[in-house]
Amino acid sequence: MSDFDFGVILRALPFLWQGMQLTLLITALAMAGGILLGTALAMARLWAPPPFPQLAAGYVNLLRSMPLILVVFWFYFLVPLMVGRPVGAFPSALIAFTMFEGAYYCEIIRAGIQGVARGQLAAAQATGLTYLAAMRYVVLPQAFRAMVPVLLTQSIILFQDTSLVYVVGLHDFLTAATVVAGRDGRVVELYAFVAVVYLVLCVAASLGVRRLQLRFGK
Amino acid sequence: MTAPMITIEHVDKFYGKHHVLKDCSTQVAKGEVVVVCGPSGSGKSTLIKCVNGLEPFQRGKIMVDGVSVGDRKTNLPRLRARIGMVFQLFELYPHMSALDNVRLAPEKVLGLPHAAAEARAMALLTRVGLAEHARKYPSQLSGGQQQRVAIARALAMDPIAMLFDEPTSALDPEVINEVLDVMVGLAAEGMTMIVVTHEMGFARKVADRIVFMDGGTILEDRPTNAFFATPATERARQFLSKILTH
Repeated sequence: MSDFDFGVILRALPFLWQGMQLTLLITALAMAGGILLGTALAMARLWAPPPFPQLAAGYVNLLRSMPLILVVFWFYFLVPLMVGRPVGAFPSALIAFTMFEGAYYCEIIRAGIQGVARGQLAAAQATGLTYLAAMRYVVLPQAFRAMVPVLLTQSIILFQDTSLVYVVGLHDFLTAATVVAGRDGRVVELYAFVAVVYLVLCVAASLGVRRLQLRFGK
Repeated sequence: MTAPMITIEHVDKFYGKHHVLKDCSTQVAKGEVVVVCGPSGSGKSTLIKCVNGLEPFQRGKIMVDGVSVGDRKTNLPRLRARIGMVFQLFELYPHMSALDNVRLAPEKVLGLPHAAAEARAMALLTRVGLAEHARKYPSQLSGGQQQRVAIARALAMDPIAMLFDEPTSALDPEVINEVLDVMVGLAAEGMTMIVVTHEMGFARKVADRIVFMDGGTILEDRPTNAFFATPATERARQFLSKILTH
């Protein structure tokens, strides 16, 4: 370890930062798109007339039983065949992550809403609130408090999983580090640095989630 | 006698094939207090939940102040706004203070301005003896205090009748009386009440009539004194001997 060279990391920082920007961009976009999709799927499962709940459930179960890397491959290789032209690594990866995460977000949102005691809806309706008003003022605020920490935890996993985009040739943070490690022959320094960065960011995010839970938990 | 406030006529209810209410009929006059008792699973809670349409029923007719509960055209939220209900497990909204629990429906259903709704909520919390706890959340209150907030929440809609679904059966013995006292006060003020309860002391003291149910059927529907003095059915005799000896 005596020849551990921090200089390599310092010199590579601008390049690594570019990779981190891509990682953060995919995380943010897939999170936003995934939560939108997940909300739509959860609403379909809970309230839509047949056959939408069954279709949404089929989608969720299908995506949740696939390895993420297969979904990434699927959109990269098969979608161009279906649409007749290349879609590009970034859009295909983004679609893959959004559709994959949407399935998980759906279940978190659905569980949050169904987790609110049934008696709460009855109590709210008994006071004369309509179904929609009871949902808005009584059920959803409680569901939201229950689901936000879980949604954020899922998003931390998404942040880690975005490193899989290396399989379609995108330069995320990990891929950028791999490039530098190979170029400079400094594998130990680069992978150690990557590990520390992921650790710091994920622990910080987890602590944030914990604080949120404590605030909601009163 | 004036027209009854609540009439239940030949009501049948099924959960799938399970026949939970069988040809139930009774009436409650304005200002009358009726206690519904019977073994668990006899359909008591289901019956009163039919009165404000929280549970649908398949046959028969329930009228509340001239409005048919089972009629598809009936605006159920509007009807429920006029009937207060108190639940066994309180069902206070855990994310709101006691004050906001009481304030919500007057503001969102009756459309009272925020300040007026809050003033009404505060007055009712004062009436149930909880003014100093108004800003606390349900989790910071004892069971008895929570149930009194729930009663205040129901009263906040200025109801024409109150339904109580085993309001004290989830409470510790030492706080049961603080809830019963509020209910006795309501009865004394002339509130029309249907109370599902095992509190026979309360029933003797407050109820005008006792409805005894078993297996989804109303077996007895008689004035309180007559019911306790000479239960007409063997089933009611057994029930009373079991709960009164303890």
